[in-house]
Amino acid sequence: MFSKQRTAIRNNSAESNLFSRRALIAFVGVCVLILTLIVNLYHIQVNSFQSYQTRADGNRIKIIPIAPNRGVIFDRNGVILAENKPIHSLELVSEKIKDLQVTVDKISRLIELTTDEKERFFKSVKAQRRFKSIALKTRLSTEEVAIISVNLHHLPGVAIEARLKRFYPYGASLTHVLGYVGRINAREQKKISDDHRKAIYIATRDIGKIGIEKYYEQLLHGNPGYQEVEVNSRGRIFRVLKRVLPEHGQDLYLNIDIRIQQVAYDQLAGRRGSVVALDPNNGAVLAMVSSPSYDPNLFVHGISTKAYKKLLSEDKPLINRSTRGAYPPASTIKQIMALAALEEKIITEHTSINDPGYYKLPNVKRKFRDYASRSHGKVDIYKALMKSCDTYFYDVAHRLGINKISEFMFRFGFGEYTGIDIHEEKKAVMPSRDWKRARYNQPWHVGDTINVGIGQGYWTATPLQLAKSVAIIANNGKIFTPQILGASQGEKGLLQIPADDNMPIVLSNKHHWRIVQQGMWQVVNQRGGTAYNVFKGAHYQSAGKTGTAQVIGMAEDVKYDASKINERHRDNAMYVGYAPFDNPEIAIAVAIENAGGGGSNAAPIARAVLDVYLAKKIGNKLGSTFATNSQQGSRAQ
Amino acid sequence: MIISNKGPTNFAKPQSLSRRLHIDIPLLCALLILIAISFVAVYSASGQNMAVVKAQGMRVIVSFIAMFLIAQIAPSTLRRWAVPLFSLGVLLLIATLLFGHVGKGAQRWLDLGVFKFQTSEAMKIALPISIAHFITRFALPPTLKNVVIGFLIVLVPTLLIAKQPDLGTSILVASAGVFVLFLAGMSWRIILALGVMISGFLPVLWYFLMHEYQRRRVLTFLEPESDPLGAGYQIIQSKIAIGSGGLFGKGWLNGTQSQLDFLPERHTDFIFAVFSEEFGLVGVLGLLTVYLFIIGRGLYIAANAQDAFSRVLAGAITLTFFVYLFVNIGMVAGLLPVVGVPLPLVSYGGTSMVTLMLGFGIIMAIHTHRHFNR
Repeated sequence: MFSKQRTAIRNNSAESNLFSRRALIAFVGVCVLILTLIVNLYHIQVNSFQSYQTRADGNRIKIIPIAPNRGVIFDRNGVILAENKPIHSLELVSEKIKDLQVTVDKISRLIELTTDEKERFFKSVKAQRRFKSIALKTRLSTEEVAIISVNLHHLPGVAIEARLKRFYPYGASLTHVLGYVGRINAREQKKISDDHRKAIYIATRDIGKIGIEKYYEQLLHGNPGYQEVEVNSRGRIFRVLKRVLPEHGQDLYLNIDIRIQQVAYDQLAGRRGSVVALDPNNGAVLAMVSSPSYDPNLFVHGISTKAYKKLLSEDKPLINRSTRGAYPPASTIKQIMALAALEEKIITEHTSINDPGYYKLPNVKRKFRDYASRSHGKVDIYKALMKSCDTYFYDVAHRLGINKISEFMFRFGFGEYTGIDIHEEKKAVMPSRDWKRARYNQPWHVGDTINVGIGQGYWTATPLQLAKSVAIIANNGKIFTPQILGASQGEKGLLQIPADDNMPIVLSNKHHWRIVQQGMWQVVNQRGGTAYNVFKGAHYQSAGKTGTAQVIGMAEDVKYDASKINERHRDNAMYVGYAPFDNPEIAIAVAIENAGGGGSNAAPIARAVLDVYLAKKIGNKLGSTFATNSQQGSRAQ
Repeated sequence: MIISNKGPTNFAKPQSLSRRLHIDIPLLCALLILIAISFVAVYSASGQNMAVVKAQGMRVIVSFIAMFLIAQIAPSTLRRWAVPLFSLGVLLLIATLLFGHVGKGAQRWLDLGVFKFQTSEAMKIALPISIAHFITRFALPPTLKNVVIGFLIVLVPTLLIAKQPDLGTSILVASAGVFVLFLAGMSWRIILALGVMISGFLPVLWYFLMHEYQRRRVLTFLEPESDPLGAGYQIIQSKIAIGSGGLFGKGWLNGTQSQLDFLPERHTDFIFAVFSEEFGLVGVLGLLTVYLFIIGRGLYIAANAQDAFSRVLAGAITLTFFVYLFVNIGMVAGLLPVVGVPLPLVSYGGTSMVTLMLGFGIIMAIHTHRHFNR
């Protein structure tokens, strides 16, 4: 067999030894290399074990956040104002379904599916990550949920998912108080990450956009929970390793009394205007209505462009008139003007003037007309308030001068934010010399002061500011920041949240409060008072002041005739008041745009609200409800 | 009953059953252990897919039959086929390059109508036989001239395979040839000179012979974290699998990297990572022990073979087996760039199992076809 070998003589044993040496070297080489592998594997598996184990866990373990339920909002009596309602949607996992088209056809035989919904579904099937469910139809009706549920057994891969969405049962009447939630937008997302709150919002879709929902977003939101799940490389979940439940947002109890809120909203009946009611004892906002309004539920699901355009109408339903409507306060500030005059000793309780029906500045030709255009005769402070005598206050204002007026009015909160707990608020304007200089670059004229004397001219105020000013008078100078929130209920139980009280207004003579309160009482309770007819027969005693604000300037010799002028140029009807007269529990301000006289148009709304609030108000102040309940409970045992 | 082979001292005894069947029992046992490990690992790596395990079982049966059949052929007969086998192999490689079936971006398969044939696999056997045949025709150690001719013979199929391109196989084929020359006793001076030449050749390889995807593989190997989701993904995931296995492993079927699909190619080239993850360093040491035993046994058989041809052939086949092992574990553990080399006899599929078992069949043939008239 070695026939082809050319070298006949070969030293086989030498060759064998040579081979053995080489084989040994090779074997040593093999051992060295295997040792290298072992050393390397030891390094990976033992030395770096921790780090690789962490990375392996990082691969397989995914944290899925669970959004917390948003806190529910109640009124002061525990009526639900904002809640979370399950919205059902029909979702499909395409990987679990053999033939999507067949399944979708089956479903469309059960419930109605628009071609739009189908198209959108098939489009997102392509874009979606694997093993994630895709919505075929959202916002199923109860009936549709029932139909699908019954048929689920022959629809593999189909599921009905329930998601909580905000719902406002009272709709439009509370919109400007509560605001609404909506999908988090890019700007809000940026703010969340700037505030280092990204982790908290990781699973959250909606955020408070305005009103209470925005102001108390942090309280309402809560903290997310999470579940730790094991996933494969395509993100399919195999099992849940750990579950930490979310911490729900705090429930909020508002100071709002939904009954009077509704009454006020119904009374305004879509007219442009606002009603604000405060508890003078603590600044609680009992009602805050702005009309016209809109349904906040529209925004929760994303409002359509068409519906939104409708809200941009001339009536401006989007504006919260209670806090952003700057109206000339007109005669509703006369009691404060009187107070300023008493304080400055320009008048006394007994000072009276002769009212010719107009006011003329010394050496000036122009006449300032009284709205009544006729003489009130001899007028003292009581009559001036009761009859709302302009001439009296022209004189008072002229003698006070603008500096003292603005200074005094600032103390009552005019021209300043009230500090209410919603972000939508305007300062309106309490004019002063400096203000006019800055705004118009003009000097202050004496005539300007005269107009300010009857709450006209440059002076504007929001209904909330007016309500606050009345509350201060009702309370003999105590000042509270108006607050919508009454209490919060979280992990730690019910927590009362009192409003801030500010430095009270202290007068040189306490009796001055009584004088203007008496004047306001006469407005309502004395025959001839501007609101006498409206409040006749009320079961409580109240005090108030009417106001009729001119919207446009009138020439001095033109008589106002509502029927002859543009609706938008008609007078604004204003009313402020409080009740009961002796121990005030509610202060109210009403403003209705272009409605005419305040006595006949604004005062009846105030009456309706006061009637309801004081009729049924039997010790149901916030908190005391809970206290008495528990006491009764223990007594029953 | 089976009387096991007790080594070379008893070759004069009457032929045992294993001798008559031309089977080396220790080697067979070690191979069976590896096959058992393979089933365990493939079952786990395929995600408990019995169909995959059955297919592997079929391959194992075919491979063992091939081993058994080639073990019946005397080495001298094999030697007579050397030249025709080599010529056919080269022709097939050329045919593959010209008419081959393109798969995975490379032209590796020749469609013979009935089945597709990876022609380079044949070279893994044909080349060492041919070189061994050539070099042992002369007295050993070989002369410089013969070594050079030997290298030329190695170079032809290596380049043809590299051109397909199939870097893994060309490395295995080339190393099989080079091992023959080394074991034949080529002088250290030549080895040194060769080392220098290869270093000089590397830039040529890099710029002119390597394909873009091969170069990318090498770059990824050098810095896998530079492309964690792309080319580096495989290496990173494989290292995570190995590392997270720790000392004792996560337990069979409990490897998260493999069971949850994070490891690509996990039942083929990267099965070592699955094994390491589930059985830890302890399991790996056991596996390496089996491999080391096989290599030791192969070299032992080679050293005790009766003629130079048998010696260098058995030695070269054994060392090539080691190259498989080293390159595969090296690449899975991130020591070497990713070249398509399976973990010998454990990885699922491929023609490689048949070729490997043919090699062991030859080793067994060398051990059992002996002349007793020494």
